[in-house]
This record gives sequence, structure tokens and C-alpha cells, in this order.
Amino acid sequence: MATLDFSTGLRCRVCGKLYPKEALNFCKDDFGPLEVDYDYEAVAKNITRAKIEKRPHTMWRYRELLPISGEPSVGPQVGGTPLVKADRLADALGVKHLWIKNDAVNFPTLSFKDRVVSVALSKAREFGMKTVGCASTGNLANSVAANAAAAGLEAYILIPASLERSKILNTSVYGANVIAVDGTYDEVNRLCSQIALKYGWGFVNVNLRAYYAEGSKSFGFEIAEDLGWRFPQHVVCPMAGGALIGKIHKAFTELNKVGLVSQPNTCKMYGAQAAGCNPISDAVKTGKERHKPVRKPNTICKSLAIGDPADGFFAAKLMRETGGWAEDVTDDEIIEGMTLLARTEGIFAETAGGTTVAVTRKLLEQGKLPRDEEIVICITGNGLKTMDALYEAIEPPVQIKPSFSEFESLMGNYASV
Amino acid sequence: MPVKIEIPSPLREHTGGLVDVPVTGSTVKAALEDLVRQYPAIGPKLFESGKVRPYINLFVNDEDIRYLDDMDTATADGTILAIIPAVAGG
Repeated sequence: MATLDFSTGLRCRVCGKLYPKEALNFCKDDFGPLEVDYDYEAVAKNITRAKIEKRPHTMWRYRELLPISGEPSVGPQVGGTPLVKADRLADALGVKHLWIKNDAVNFPTLSFKDRVVSVALSKAREFGMKTVGCASTGNLANSVAANAAAAGLEAYILIPASLERSKILNTSVYGANVIAVDGTYDEVNRLCSQIALKYGWGFVNVNLRAYYAEGSKSFGFEIAEDLGWRFPQHVVCPMAGGALIGKIHKAFTELNKVGLVSQPNTCKMYGAQAAGCNPISDAVKTGKERHKPVRKPNTICKSLAIGDPADGFFAAKLMRETGGWAEDVTDDEIIEGMTLLARTEGIFAETAGGTTVAVTRKLLEQGKLPRDEEIVICITGNGLKTMDALYEAIEPPVQIKPSFSEFESLMGNYASV
Repeated sequence: MPVKIEIPSPLREHTGGLVDVPVTGSTVKAALEDLVRQYPAIGPKLFESGKVRPYINLFVNDEDIRYLDDMDTATADGTILAIIPAVAGG
């Protein structure tokens, strides 16, 4: 069988040096980030829309543009989430053409992280690793734990101790070794880098990060295919480490490069953060080339609470170069965003989704996003995981006795309102 | 007891395989200068135009020096200065 692995190695994003396929995330010459390199000419010769459309609706239908050898051994059913035409939210926001890319229902752990983890753990197995791990703000912890359990890999998951209870439970249930660190995400991340360098385990977002991040491209491939093999004019994306926004844009560029979409990629990229942890949006708004790290993030949106984002520089550059913008919103605005999405589209997104909806509204009000062009909002995680943020904001149900007269009296109350 | 600099594995070929290098210096800057004095080949890996490369983070006793006094952060006998690649997480 012909190989479907068209990746040729890892290339430094700073100096361009090429490395073989190995578990390495930075250039040994300048510490620059490594990114998977492909033979795009060979991909173009081996991929067609018809070939893709015959495959199952999972992220692996775009496998020629994902960096694994052979069949994916972890997460073969990940991806294929709905692109929802969001007409009621569009009316509420005052825009003409709006879609929600809904990874709140991604399989198996209800966030986009299943995409990156399936690639990273498939790669870990190719490298013969038996132990894997991650530093996580929650969704990644859930995904590594679940997918490692299904693959029979031992997992060490390091998280900030202050995470939402449900995100911790949704990790521990899979039998992973969960280590809650008394510190910020950035401190957890630094610790994981030290562990990965010493123990040689497969940390998905440390030494396997180059492969891991490629999984996010499938989010963009699916948007383009579901729009009828074309690109939207604007994408609004949440930002934590800042990798996803870049990979969605890269996905569009690759689809054009290999001939699957003839339209050039002119999509404008917009980033969303919480006001309590806004290093990337601050860099965009104040014209800084490099972000200023946030030492102590303070927001209900814990999944985006990365104070020193690894891809902050590239994300800010991308937004500037595509003509997009970035914004950040308060905790109250985040909750309003969550409820607005739930009440207009029936989609319960986590706090990061509320952030993205609220930022979209803010950008529209500022005139940074036009109201009459095509916009896709990226929803990356499920609201069932961050219910702590909502208990005080949502009215408890009216309580009555099992009595018809009480019910009718209640209806009378409603009618008089 | 001198300042101890933790060397990440890909740079150990420039320190004769040493995981930790003892140095002297009362600031991060001085400690790194002593490291380069002892192992000159590591200099171009860490510095570009006299500045620490952007994808390197430095930690003094587990605290990021950007939240302290950056390169002027004080170091003393027993201080651990860790060189950690910045490209991780998210």
C-alpha cells in the first residue's frame, strides 16, 4: 500500500533548519518552535475531493495533511463535528451570515483537544513510547486521559490545582495519574518541560507538540469542506496558547496549496481572550510585537488562562497580517456569551465559547468585524465541563406542589408578566 | 556553594555532558557570562546580538526572571538557574 505519510520532518519556524521526525519541539540552534514539514507536491498528486468525500466523517479523512505513518492508532473516530448555520444568533448579533463550528460535541471528550491528542498519541506509539502526559488547563487533561486509557498507555497529567472540579473528575475517571500543582498553568508547563527533558515521556504539548498542533488543522479543513470547499471571510477563535488560530489559517492555506480549494486564502483571523488573561489580545491592541506575559491570570475562563502563550508571537502576527483583530471580555460578558449562545442556538459551550461569542459581539460593535460578510465562530469545548461558572448566573427553577391549581396560578403569573 | 545552572539535554553536548554547571556571579547575567566563559560553544545557542534568544525562558529557583529583575535578578550561593525552552504548552 502506498504511504499516506507525506510529512518530511520538522522545520524550525525561526531559522528553517530541518530535523528528522523525532520527539523534539524546539530547534537546537536557536530554541525556535518546530513545525511539521510536508511534501505538498506529493500531497497534491495523491488527494482529491472525491477521495476525501468517500471516507468516514472524521478528522482522518484529511490524513494526507496529518503527520502520522499508517493508520491512526489513537482516536480514529475523532472530528467530523457540525458546522451549524446560526441564524438566530446572527439575528441577535445583527449579522447576515454566521456559522458555529461546534467542537463542544467532539468525540470522545467534548472538546477540540481530541483532535490534537489523537495525532500526538498515535505519534507517541510510532515512537514506541509507553508513558504519555501533558500540562493542561482542563480540556487537554480530559482528552489525554481518555485517549491514553483507550490506547493502553500510562498517562501523567499535570494541572493547576485551581481547575474546575468537573475537569479534574473528567480526567481522574479514566485512571490517569493526575497531579494537581499549586501554581499557575505556566508553572505547570515549565515543570512539564523539565520532566519531559529528564524522563523522555511523550508529553503531547511539550516534546510531541509539533505533531500535536497539526491535529488542529482538521478543525479548519472541516469548516472549508462543510462550506462547500471554500473559506469564510472571517473566523473568530479563542486563544490560550495561541496555536489553534494559526492552524485553522494554515489549514485553509494548505487546502489551496494542494488544489482542493481554488480560492486563495484571504480569511481574516480574530482572536478572543478573557480580560483576566489577555496577553495576546493586549499585544494586538497595543501594537506589541511580543506579548507581555500575565503572571497571575484571574478569570472564570480557566481553559484560556495561559499567561505566557507559546504561540503568542505567531498568533498576534497572523491577526495583524490577515487584517483581523483581537479583543478580550470580562467574566460577566463571558457568561452573557454562554447564555446567548445557549438560548439562540441550543448550544451549551464552556466559558471559552462564551468568551468567543462575547468577543464577536464586541468586535461587531467596534466595527472591526463587518455585519454583512461571512463569519465562523469557533466553539472548542462543552459547557457541561464548566458549570461552576454558571450556578449563580442561572435562575433556579420555579417550584410548585403537584397541584393543577398551583400550575394554573403559575401560568396566570406568567400571563400577567 | 556556587550558583548552579541547569542545562537542557540538547545543549549538554556543549557542556561536556554536564547536567548542571557550577558558576559564579551575583546576577543572572553574570552567571550566564561565566557559563559561556567555561563553555564558549554554548554562547551562540543562548544569545543573539547580546540578548537571550526569545524562545528561552530563565528561572531562578523556579521563578521566571521576567517577574523578578530579569537579567539583573540576584543570584547567590545555592541558587539554581534553569534554562528552559519556551516552546511548550497550549
